Amino acid sequence: MQELFFYIFAVLTLLCGALVIANPFTRSPVTSAMFLVLTIASMAGLFVLLHAFFLAAVQVLVYAGAVIVLFLFVIMLLDLKEEERRKIKASMATLGVFAVGVIAAVMIDTMRQSHLGFQARPALTEGSTIALGQDLFGNFALPFEIVSLVLLVAMIGAVLLSKKDLK
Amino acid sequence: MNPVGLQHYLVVSVLLFALGLLGVIVRRNVLVIYMALELMLNAANLALVAFSRYNDNLDGQVIVFFIITVAASEVAVGLALIVALYRRRQTTHVEDLTTMKL
Repeated sequence: MQELFFYIFAVLTLLCGALVIANPFTRSPVTSAMFLVLTIASMAGLFVLLHAFFLAAVQVLVYAGAVIVLFLFVIMLLDLKEEERRKIKASMATLGVFAVGVIAAVMIDTMRQSHLGFQARPALTEGSTIALGQDLFGNFALPFEIVSLVLLVAMIGAVLLSKKDLK
Repeated sequence: MNPVGLQHYLVVSVLLFALGLLGVIVRRNVLVIYMALELMLNAANLALVAFSRYNDNLDGQVIVFFIITVAASEVAVGLALIVALYRRRQTTHVEDLTTMKL
């Protein structure tokens, strides 16, 4: 059962990820954003299969909720029209596919040679959210506070950058 | 079907990362390039969660939590930059933004 769900979610993730970057029917950024939502949702499914329940929830809330809404707002704000009608050069595309294929092949080959003999252990399964919370507010309390500062800086930066007369 | 192991998740992660990289290289719209960057971040997250699960160690999940937070702030600032850029140059196309090219 778990295998079946893994393959379903993996295929969905990769298919929707491919449609984000290259949709054969339309070049519109809105479609890309919608397929990004699907990619992220199926990835949350993979997180559930890995027993990372809290992260699956955060993934859906933060990515599919906040980040994509932000993308859609900006797309709406910019009102792009002539964006669809530009051709991607075929030579550049094939070169890109070749380069990325080589990189992916190297990574997968490295993985195959490195004998990852780990087995899933059932120890972490049930109380993983409790353990994660204790870790976050115990061992990682300082990074947690620093990240809140990063969010504050990002908020101020976004407000400042969106001002009408940027000086 | 053979049981799903760490390798399976890592292969998905590598393929997703490759897709994101391809998007960054091939696409010419800044917004879509940003979405491809998000794909790459998500691929790294998947690898970290898989390692965390198969290593019996929660640190990977904590790092993924921080990555999601930083990615959210990165998107906020980046999109604000794109809006500011569009106000000035009326384009989100990277081929029109070559002022610093020699």
